[in-house]
Amino acid sequence: MDQAETHHVPDRLDLRAATGNEAALRGFLHGLPGVDKVGAEARVARLGTRSIKTSAKGFALDLAIRMIDLTTLEGADTPGKVRSLAAKARRPDPSDPTCPSVAAVCVYPDLVEVAKHELRGTAIKVASVATAFPSGRSSLEVKLADTRMAVAAGADEIDMVIDRGAFLAGHYGAVFEQIAAVKGACGDAHLKVILETGELVTYDNVRRASWLAMLAGADFIKTSTGKVSPAATLPVSLVMLEAVRDFRAASGRMVGFKPAGGIRTAKDAIKHLVVVNETCGPDWLDPQWFRFGASSLLNDLLMQRQKQAAGYYSGPNYVTVD
Amino acid sequence: MSDKTGADGTAKTTAAKKTPPKRVTAKKTATKKTAAKKTAAAQGSPRETSVAAAVPAVSGAAAGKGTAKRAASASTEASAPKAAPPTSADSGAPEGSNTAASVPAESGAAAVETPTAERYSTRTRLAVRKTYKLYIGGAFPRSESGRSYEVTSAQGAFLANAALASRKDARDAVRAARSAFSGWSGATAYNRGQILYRIAEMLEGRREQFADEVAAAEGVTRASALAQTDAAIDRWVWYAGWSDKISQVRGTVNPVAGPYWNVSSPEPTGVVAVFAPERPSLFGLVSVLAPVIVSGNTAVVVAPGATALPAITLAEVLATSDLPGGVINILTGRIAELGMPLASHLDVDALDLSGVTDPELATELERAGAQNLKRLRRPEPEPDWTADPGLDRIVSFMETKTVWHPVGV
Amino acid sequence: MAQRKSSRLPENTAAADTPSTAPTASSVANLFEYAPAPESRAIVKINPSYDLFIGGEFVPATGGALKSVNPATEEVLAEFGVASEADVDRAVAAARTAYDRIWSQMPGSERAKYLFRIARIIQERSRELAVLESIDNGKPIRETRDVDLPLVAAHFFHYAGWADKLSYAGYGPDPKPLGVAAQVIPWNFPLLMLAWKIAPALACGNTVVLKPAETTPLTALAFAEICRQADLAPGVVNIVTGAGETGAALVGHPDVDKVAFTGSTEVGRGIARAVAGSRKKVTLELGGKAANIVFDDAPIDQAVEGVIDSIFFNQGQVCCAGSRLLVQESIEPELMDALRRRMETLRVGDPLDKNTDVGAINSAAQLAKITELTEAGEAEGAERWSPACELPSTGYWFAPTVFTNVSATHRIAREEIFGPVLSVLTFRTPEEAVAKANNTPYGLSAGIWTEKGSRMLAIAKKLRAGVVWANTFNKFDPSSPFGGYRESGYGREGGAHGLEAYLDV
Repeated sequence: MDQAETHHVPDRLDLRAATGNEAALRGFLHGLPGVDKVGAEARVARLGTRSIKTSAKGFALDLAIRMIDLTTLEGADTPGKVRSLAAKARRPDPSDPTCPSVAAVCVYPDLVEVAKHELRGTAIKVASVATAFPSGRSSLEVKLADTRMAVAAGADEIDMVIDRGAFLAGHYGAVFEQIAAVKGACGDAHLKVILETGELVTYDNVRRASWLAMLAGADFIKTSTGKVSPAATLPVSLVMLEAVRDFRAASGRMVGFKPAGGIRTAKDAIKHLVVVNETCGPDWLDPQWFRFGASSLLNDLLMQRQKQAAGYYSGPNYVTVD
Repeated sequence: MSDKTGADGTAKTTAAKKTPPKRVTAKKTATKKTAAKKTAAAQGSPRETSVAAAVPAVSGAAAGKGTAKRAASASTEASAPKAAPPTSADSGAPEGSNTAASVPAESGAAAVETPTAERYSTRTRLAVRKTYKLYIGGAFPRSESGRSYEVTSAQGAFLANAALASRKDARDAVRAARSAFSGWSGATAYNRGQILYRIAEMLEGRREQFADEVAAAEGVTRASALAQTDAAIDRWVWYAGWSDKISQVRGTVNPVAGPYWNVSSPEPTGVVAVFAPERPSLFGLVSVLAPVIVSGNTAVVVAPGATALPAITLAEVLATSDLPGGVINILTGRIAELGMPLASHLDVDALDLSGVTDPELATELERAGAQNLKRLRRPEPEPDWTADPGLDRIVSFMETKTVWHPVGV
Repeated sequence: MAQRKSSRLPENTAAADTPSTAPTASSVANLFEYAPAPESRAIVKINPSYDLFIGGEFVPATGGALKSVNPATEEVLAEFGVASEADVDRAVAAARTAYDRIWSQMPGSERAKYLFRIARIIQERSRELAVLESIDNGKPIRETRDVDLPLVAAHFFHYAGWADKLSYAGYGPDPKPLGVAAQVIPWNFPLLMLAWKIAPALACGNTVVLKPAETTPLTALAFAEICRQADLAPGVVNIVTGAGETGAALVGHPDVDKVAFTGSTEVGRGIARAVAGSRKKVTLELGGKAANIVFDDAPIDQAVEGVIDSIFFNQGQVCCAGSRLLVQESIEPELMDALRRRMETLRVGDPLDKNTDVGAINSAAQLAKITELTEAGEAEGAERWSPACELPSTGYWFAPTVFTNVSATHRIAREEIFGPVLSVLTFRTPEEAVAKANNTPYGLSAGIWTEKGSRMLAIAKKLRAGVVWANTFNKFDPSSPFGGYRESGYGREGGAHGLEAYLDV
């Protein structure tokens, strides 16, 4: 099948035209196919019954570890906490040298420098939330300054939040412009755009916001801040994965996807990988294109990994508390 | 056809019909078809006569005012009842609106009963008789075969030459019923209910005439015939009221185990071929016909033998009741002859064999109907027509359609 | 025999000219191959041979024996008896005795408790039954486990509750059972069809003689054991195995009061003829050639899933399968691309593998029929496509197939294929969609995909089909009446409507 000829979204010319003005943008986003909630949820429920065992499970566990943005986003974060997290990122399972490192460490902007220092010499990226995270309720100037600060501190990746208020009010152009401006402020840093799907509520909104973010230049689209419930759910991930898949077909540009928040078990992570595999295909099964925003997930993956190796169940005292 | 229908059902001017017809115009031929005899006997069919071959096909318009109206409406059947051109006072106010549905069918009727009657001659006069024809697609054609059969009273006296429908008439009737189906089934239940009620009003107006025909055809007393007529009208009214209730009574909202809205509703099955019982003639006919059409089906009804008289008079009622042409098509003649073409017709969806008294024929027809899995009502061994009919007959000719839809924001 | 297949998407040519799009070299290593995940067969015990179940006892058949084969491997699973006319006679007599002496005399509340018991035993043994069904039928364990068995138990549970509430069902104050029901069921959902037949029959107070299909008798025979575990009185349920002759003897038996059949329209027609002139009440659930209509405003991703469900569920061996896809011409290219992409992720293979989406065709005969019709499709000029798909060398297999450029005159657009074969036709207007959807002698089911509510309701009303799935497909529930218009048969199964078939009303 030739993907280049195949898309159920407008072709590249239309995409350029779609962002020409507010009306065109609105027309484009509202012209996207709807999402039937029940059907989407039924689809992921079925994919959730995939039985991933033995070698497939081993592959999935290691891949999931390599995809983690190991995250701490608390008011109580300290340099010590970040150092500890960085150490865990480098060597998640001290008892097993074959265990891979995670993809990135994700912190607030003021701790980027610490993280960057701790991870020097590794391939592990430092991601920073920005743009008045998590609410995004501030001026564009403040958001841009926030972004520039993190980039200046060495952040490889910026996780911005969209203005959900503007989105829900239908001011798509404003959301678009903010994302484009932040992208401009990122320089070489990759931009992940957080939709905060828990506040968008409907899958139709999730699909529109996904396209809006990608049209505005997002390198990644991300579900959630982790501060709002529900965060990353499997059906939301399905809808966003469909969006990145279709966006590539329409634009030729590949955008990454990051579910964040709420994914705590190896089982959840593997379900996500199955959804990626059967929605977008293996191109996205790579830390360059798919990340898990998580903290406690890592230990469950490690316990499962130990069980795979040993044949018996591990326990929480056999993985590190960080 | 009689145009003298009083609004209140007194209809004295129809009394002329009571006069036992003299046989002055009865021109019987000697060409009895013996082949038809055995089955005709089984169906209680009267003798068959053939009409002069020279008689040209009569256009619908020639059969009277109401027919002309219906013929016009039959040609635009898709637009259903409201498409009928307002050629009379009643049809000017379409059913479904709340305007007076009780306007008499023929507004000139009352004028005949003015006290000036004595100015007219009182000498005995020769009655103007009715030609009994078929009722297909809202028109009153003769049988395409040119045949007729003699209808006699229970005592053997000549009553009329009824049209003897052929298999090609059956074919035409099915075609008319099929083309009327989408409009009739698509009409609102309220609209169908009003039209059926309108039919009852027209029946009431011809109460005396029906009683005469029932008495003549069945050989029962006039009081008994009148009682049967009244029962028939009342039953028609009873069924009329079901049009907008059957879905509520037989429809369901189904509590499926999942996020789905799930509703089952009864829908008309399509074209139903109905074999009316010979006795009771009018009451039986009404009892089998009303439940079929009230839900939105269209019908081809075979009125056997002497039931032709009330059946064709009923057709005249239908033709003046805003019922779209083709919803009910009436074939007079022999079940033995019309049964197979209808039972085997692939564009007929269901069979009501109620009037098929010959068990072997009923079995044959049932077997033929199996070709396209027709819905079926077998004849009852000892039907009690006066019993509460329940919903059975309505539901027999309805399909349950279940619609699923996800529920989610 | 597990057959794995890669779901890798071909490289996007458009991607090649955008550096950021080029997947890394590691993408080859990123193939997420699902290791075999077979459900254990050890949970099932299959006897070398099976007798008939008559009057509460397993009794030898006098009409010979047949073999039941695992369609995925062609392995012979067991021998089972062929009920002769005399055997059928004995079964009907046993059912009559049980009816007269026990079941019709028993208060509804007591019948209810037996049915609840059966529902519970089915739940308790559901994994065993799912595996057995999968082995005998060839359908994926994912379906038997997640669809068939839950519905079987739910059906008994639903009708159990009706047994003492019949006077509230709308059939009069004290509706009576009919007597002995002769029930003949197909091979596509063996145990589910048994449940659809037996649960309402017993709830209404009838006794039954049921004949399962000759290629899938094993779960019905397991159900016989369940009746014994439930202490159901002997003769209330009788299972006679055999082929067409046994079925004919059963439905033609003069002492049955009710005939219920699910299967082909051809056999249904024969049954309708055979019972002509009798007083037997008949319900028939026959073939179909359902249209699945996709409008240009459909939720595309769910519509694609719906199309997949509509024709590849149970290998398309479903009477209500959406075998004709009617797609609005303006979105045909993108819908077809999405559908083909989705079909490439279908996993065809070992029915017992928990990751299998499409299992084996039930029999060599059915495979031959599917093959013949698809060849006719090609010969008539339709364009055939299947995803790359390695099929096992033993067993009966057919790759998921879609035909485009199909005309209404093609056999594949008119005849029921009963296999994983989709025929795609296009339409331009809603009227044309309805006209094409209704242009078939069948009328069992239909699908509509549109996000516009008023259109959905208008189309649903105009479709001449007993079940209309709007923005979903192939959903079933014991409370939801199921059955067809026209040559798809008559009568409804499920819910209060389903009681009518087993009551003297």
